[in-house]
Amino acid sequence: MREWYERLLFILLITPNMLLLAAFTFWPMIYNAYLSVISWNFLSPIRRFVGLRNYETVLTSDIFRIVLINTAVFTIVSVAVTMVLGLGLALLLNQPLRLRNGARAVLFTPTVLSGAAIAIIWIYMFDPRFGPLAQIINWFSSLAHLLPARFSESGLVEWLASVRSPQWLSDPNWAMSALIIVYVWKNLGYAVVIYLAGLQTIDRTLYEAARIDGAGAWAQFWHVTLPGLSPIMFFLLVTSILACFQAFDIIRVMTDGGPVNATNMLVYHLYERGFIQSQAGPAGVVAMVMFVLMLILTILQLRFIERRVHYS
Amino acid sequence: MREMDQSVEFQRDIATRQRSSWRACTLRHGWIWHMMGYAAIVLSVIVIGLPIYWMLIASFKTSREIYTVPPTWIPLNPTLDNYPAAWQAAPFARYYINSIIVTLVTTISKMTLAVLTAYALVFLRFPGKNIVFLIVLAALMVPAQITIVPNFLTMGDLGLVNTYWGLILPGAATAFGTFLMRQYFMTLPREVFEAAEIDGAGHMLRLWTIAIPLAMPALVTTGLFAVVNEWNEFLWPLIITSTEDMRTLPIGVARLLDQEGLARWGVVMAGTMFVVMPVVLLFVWSQRYIVEGIASGAVKG
Repeated sequence: MREWYERLLFILLITPNMLLLAAFTFWPMIYNAYLSVISWNFLSPIRRFVGLRNYETVLTSDIFRIVLINTAVFTIVSVAVTMVLGLGLALLLNQPLRLRNGARAVLFTPTVLSGAAIAIIWIYMFDPRFGPLAQIINWFSSLAHLLPARFSESGLVEWLASVRSPQWLSDPNWAMSALIIVYVWKNLGYAVVIYLAGLQTIDRTLYEAARIDGAGAWAQFWHVTLPGLSPIMFFLLVTSILACFQAFDIIRVMTDGGPVNATNMLVYHLYERGFIQSQAGPAGVVAMVMFVLMLILTILQLRFIERRVHYS
Repeated sequence: MREMDQSVEFQRDIATRQRSSWRACTLRHGWIWHMMGYAAIVLSVIVIGLPIYWMLIASFKTSREIYTVPPTWIPLNPTLDNYPAAWQAAPFARYYINSIIVTLVTTISKMTLAVLTAYALVFLRFPGKNIVFLIVLAALMVPAQITIVPNFLTMGDLGLVNTYWGLILPGAATAFGTFLMRQYFMTLPREVFEAAEIDGAGHMLRLWTIAIPLAMPALVTTGLFAVVNEWNEFLWPLIITSTEDMRTLPIGVARLLDQEGLARWGVVMAGTMFVVMPVVLLFVWSQRYIVEGIASGAVKG
């Protein structure tokens, strides 16, 4: 009797959550697989089965190659810059400093801001005429005449004096850099917070032991700090890569994937195929490819979490 | 045993002696390191704060001042006019109502479902309940971004496109929250629950009077993350809404930019403040929970 009551209660408690997950998380995966093998424009009553032809079309298309390259460049550069800068900052902040927690909070603020708002703010920041970045660049450029005369022979002064703000968002060669700057700005605080937490977990006596063995600051960093931080760096690496793969809102508002696809990346491409070009099949293919890529990363991350949970 | 004690003491003795000889050295280096730490604080706060500062001052500038070259770093004659202008340029009152409804309902739903499922998974006996947990883990591996096309089609079939239900339903359940709450419930002392059971408290009473109060820290963190994420959510509301009266704030402000564009930066920045301010205030009030939550999530997994 009690046993049956408990089983009934179990089913009652998990059902709403499980039903919603089934409808809006698992069913879409089956649906994506189905969409990826049909030809359909979302409106027509005719859905034609085309086998793997959509995969062939998407995977061999120029646009998809560009999207993959863009995603790779964006992910590698912004993750690398964020992780290196974040580590440096965290090491510097990992000492008793006044206002340290205040600085940590300011650094973390961009992480909680809406991507749409961030994009709008940065469009203004990057404005080549009225934006503050242009003014800072002009100010550095105006310093040219202060350089000693001997530099003028090398052309350095002329070059510096002629430097102007790039057309960040309308120049295909600069748009990706602009986007990376914004994402580093947004994610730096997150990295610092994670690093600082990781630094707290390193056993202090290890440093003393290293000192006794005659290790200098550099050797201590290489042989104590880095190995001690490695699990947390792995966590940060995987979560940052996943976040980059999922980047959409800032791209949509700031560049719309352009100019000429210079910032077109996976989620934006999926959105474009599905909701702008109304191609159900190719959209399904892009979703399937993204799923496989992210699955690999998420499994890596879960392994890490599992290990942590079991051995901590 | 004694021998070990002695050797430990001996080592400690060496250590203290070494340390005093090191102290002079570290003090010298430590001083430079300390100053570099302050320099890093100042520099990073300036770099990270500049865009936020720029938004703030632009929202107080007259349009004439905004389009002067070079731009001014402090508003010459600050004005509040941009705020009512932004409020009228787009239906912000409506955006606010929509954002608040969607954020609150989604967050409450997520917290409730996470607690109920996690309680069942940890405290109730059910044959093969580990399979249920594996399903939750599997759901964690499906990023929401790749579900947009099928979910849009499902909403079309259900006739829920451009409705609150359409906005809320796909985000109403949570695999992540369930996972977090389960991990937290696992750490709670079983004896308390057993004692309550002996006193005759049923499961729902134990859930309400013991599990939830004990799990408050995890629950608050889950709730705060949900609020911030839902408030900022962009992709799904962009797709599922099609008329102005259903837009949420992030979509609304992006449309304000399209409308006013580069012509009225002061107004656009005031509109952006509308989106950003509630989350910033929430963050200022709760930054310890959020930052500690992120940090401990990474350290403990």
